[in-house]
Amino acid sequence: MSTGKALQDYSLDALRAGDRVEFARLVEANYEMIYRLAIRMVNDPQDAEDILQETFLKAYRHLKGFDGRSRLSTWLYRIATNEALMFLRRKKLDTVSIDETPDMADDDQEPVQIVDWCCMPEEEMMSSEAKSYLDQAVGKLAPNLRVVFVLRDIQGLDTQEVSQVLDLSETAVKTRLSRARMQLREELSGYYGSKLREGKPV
Amino acid sequence: MMEHHECRHLLGSLSEYIDGNLEADLCAELERHLADCENCRVVVDTLEKTVYLYHTTASQVDVPQGVRDRLFKCLDLDDYLEK
Repeated sequence: MSTGKALQDYSLDALRAGDRVEFARLVEANYEMIYRLAIRMVNDPQDAEDILQETFLKAYRHLKGFDGRSRLSTWLYRIATNEALMFLRRKKLDTVSIDETPDMADDDQEPVQIVDWCCMPEEEMMSSEAKSYLDQAVGKLAPNLRVVFVLRDIQGLDTQEVSQVLDLSETAVKTRLSRARMQLREELSGYYGSKLREGKPV
Repeated sequence: MMEHHECRHLLGSLSEYIDGNLEADLCAELERHLADCENCRVVVDTLEKTVYLYHTTASQVDVPQGVRDRLFKCLDLDDYLEK
């Protein structure tokens, strides 16, 4: 992560003591990464902004208790992912349960769409319509899979960092990542496959 | 559809495979299988492309105008806003 190195430069003592200048630097260096996480999790700019603000409000209140065992960026990611997951839970509370899907259920990741769309020109694969489909497909993932995919494949954290952020074993991270990727592959194959059959640009 | 037992058996390894993190034995087994199984090759290629597309578009998300200012304001950090 590009922010990782910069974070080494913060004075933890100053942050813990509530130093405003140091906190402002922390916010400045990290707000974009937290916003990007939030928007991918909830797919709505206003909700993402709420999560962003709540994340830094909580961070400021709890900096005193930050033990320094993880990186500050990992700690911020942990607060933000909790906020996003709580938001999604509240939103879904009265409709469907988002209880953890079992990690070992392999049956549902069996590929159905076998169509080779890799040959499509990149500009067609990344048209604005296609990009909005990419976002929608992420939104269809169960939150516990979505959060792993977003941290790992969109935010670019490695497996160990993701396991620290989510307090999961690395094996569980890999299993969820695999399921998320396979589900997205399935969604995208349906989408790009139909574009190929139509024989018109995406 | 995957009909072969071997395809199903290897499915859970594909994600690690495209990351280049699959242990050597399993990797060799998978590559032997891929040499003969067109369907699985398509799945691997499209899986790799899926991850690539998300990687590539990830950096293209812009933070909307005003988000930063409102964040600093709500944190009572207006004085430290660098323009």
